[in-house]
Amino acid sequence: MSSKRQRKKIGGEHLQRIIDLCTSIEEKGLDPFLVDVEDILEVVREYFPEWELPEELSLDAETIHRLASIIKLQSDWLKHRSTSLYTDPFLIEEKIRKLTKVELANLFLEVWHPIVEFEQISPHSLTEAIKYWQGLLPIDERWLQTGPQKREAGTVTREELIKQKILAENTFSEDLEAFWDELKEKVGANEKILYWDFVGANSYNETIQRAYLTSFLITYGYATLEIDRLEEEMFIKPYEKPVSMLGKKQVVSIPVSISNEEWMKWKRGLQN
Amino acid sequence: MDEMEERLAKLKKKAYYTRKLKRATHLLFYRRHQKPGVKGWELKRGLGVDYPKVLKILDSYLEKLDLEVKTVFEGEKPAEKPSREQLDKARFYITLRGSLAPKETKMMGWRIDDIAGLATAISYVTSKKGKAPREEVEDLLRNKLPGWRVDINMNRYIRSGYLAEDGNKQLYLDWRTRAEIDQKTLVELLLSTNSLEKEDYDYEEEISD
Repeated sequence: MSSKRQRKKIGGEHLQRIIDLCTSIEEKGLDPFLVDVEDILEVVREYFPEWELPEELSLDAETIHRLASIIKLQSDWLKHRSTSLYTDPFLIEEKIRKLTKVELANLFLEVWHPIVEFEQISPHSLTEAIKYWQGLLPIDERWLQTGPQKREAGTVTREELIKQKILAENTFSEDLEAFWDELKEKVGANEKILYWDFVGANSYNETIQRAYLTSFLITYGYATLEIDRLEEEMFIKPYEKPVSMLGKKQVVSIPVSISNEEWMKWKRGLQN
Repeated sequence: MDEMEERLAKLKKKAYYTRKLKRATHLLFYRRHQKPGVKGWELKRGLGVDYPKVLKILDSYLEKLDLEVKTVFEGEKPAEKPSREQLDKARFYITLRGSLAPKETKMMGWRIDDIAGLATAISYVTSKKGKAPREEVEDLLRNKLPGWRVDINMNRYIRSGYLAEDGNKQLYLDWRTRAEIDQKTLVELLLSTNSLEKEDYDYEEEISD
């Protein structure tokens, strides 16, 4: 019994050393061929029948995972070697050491094609800047020290806090659930609804608020976005139950512009 | 009558592309994001689905000014004609078509030391499969630059987007290198150049300039 425990201990240490070796090769960018994959697989295979506990099996899985990363590095290395970009790093280093600064700079200039770009302030942003500047208090006024005012401690009710807009009447999740119900109701039997038809409201402020809540509906898996790239249309599709996308597929962010112009356009379209 | 219609159609087409060219120039020359350059899908939104044609026309105009429309694809450059999807995901820049004269670099705020250091760092990282420890690159730079400048220069290359550094102090080639530098030719030139001179450029000399 004790010999089995001893063997398990040695095996565990062995696997941990393999993991450390693979990690350091990966992190420090060392030659991946320092690892003899076949030898390591033999070790992993040898100890595998010993593992019973979840943490032991997890260590075994971690070793295989690290080894897979090393195999990928070896494959990348071979691919790179077969491309025209491959040159022996020692040869390059030797050349760099031998060439003078001027020679190095001159040859670099032959292959350097810098990006051309303009940075220019527009009349609009200039006007905004002037407005800001004119409204700005002199620095000595802004830096005026105002001593803390003494106040007596007192009590306040929840209703008063709601009135002062310090506390919200409903919690955010309650608001979100209500909004989700509204979406399901609006969609009805159609499965989905045009983004703007759902988000758009009578006022621009309300539209922004609805777009904000919609983004949470999608992020938290209450609904999803469907984009028809051909028609350049975007739909919202509610789920029956919230779906968590974490770890299931790659999550992407989709920026949606809710400018005043876009809202006016939508509103005009509604009126026509 | 047919001829008249044909001429009218030609004029309409010309006016259409003139408009698109102006729009493309604005989109490409003025920085819209933190990094310069415009993605293909943004150009499609701004110029329409025939944006590759507009860019081709713009490129031929820019040739006279020694500029070009540069396409940087996501990942490897496609061996054959790029697909529409590859173009939409690619990033487009306006770059210099030819090369700079050594004197011109000073106007751009780059000293000869900075450029030699950049050439060293990029060619070394390229030879190391696009990833090398910062320490190794700094050692190599110390061979050319005064010690106190090495860290400053390295940070400048990283800040400008030529190199990127991860948490393990590994250096990678970053977006600006992919957009501005012909890495293959750089390595070829480096290997084919034989040093003829002694170190003729004194750093102190440059300071006194």
